[in-house]
Amino acid sequence: MFRRRGDHYVATFAVDEVRVLRKVAGEVVGLLTDGFDHGDPVVGRLFPDVYPDDDAGTAEFRRYTEGDLKTGKIDQAGAVLAALPDGDSGGEVRLDAEAAEAWLRALNDARLAMGVRLEIKDGTDLGEELDDAVAADPGSSRVFQLSVYAYLGYLQESLLNALID
Amino acid sequence: MGGMAAPQVAPVETPDTEEVPVSDRPWVTIVWDDPVNLMTYVTWVFQKLFGYSREKAERLMLDVHHKGKAVVSSGARERMEHDAAQLHAYGLWATVDRS
Repeated sequence: MFRRRGDHYVATFAVDEVRVLRKVAGEVVGLLTDGFDHGDPVVGRLFPDVYPDDDAGTAEFRRYTEGDLKTGKIDQAGAVLAALPDGDSGGEVRLDAEAAEAWLRALNDARLAMGVRLEIKDGTDLGEELDDAVAADPGSSRVFQLSVYAYLGYLQESLLNALID
Repeated sequence: MGGMAAPQVAPVETPDTEEVPVSDRPWVTIVWDDPVNLMTYVTWVFQKLFGYSREKAERLMLDVHHKGKAVVSSGARERMEHDAAQLHAYGLWATVDRS
């Protein structure tokens, strides 16, 4: 979890955490590049209709904003990948204010994407969801995904708290 | 969030010859509740993007959370589209509408 040290934000990650962060950031990049599809509900959430009752207005808005928005989201996921320790190992991540902001937004994008896939709703109790998923099959991908989703939330919150302090 | 879907009622204006044409009415940027964004993050984004005080940003965040949505800025249409695009960059669910 992140702590403030001088004007930097520092966290030490175990190798498993580094792998998870690399995987989720890579998945966001994939979603925004080769896998980009307006029919995907995740893309619908990351690029919401700005005029819910006006398709033409929304399309016009997209024409002017979507390229930059996509580039920004790819760059911030790239900022996560760039700051992670090299190779398949754990280590320290040290962010300046700009990188910390990029991480915050990237972690948020990753959580939004996972939240859609996991069908997280208002009032969803993550602990309960996880218990149910473990009871159904402890080795399932849902157990893993829910754990990662919860982890990213804690990580994002720790970075935010470090920034606000 | 459930309930609280009552549409806002426009105040009754005294009819006058100087009625503002529809095209000149200010627009608004609306942020909608979603189950993923952290409350502290939403507050931080409002402070960051709009320069709102902690108190104002928190009040807006709570409106989003409890009422399902909140108007976070108002003005010319182009300006609102700019705000919405910025909010999308931060992952907030924003739309633009007439006020």
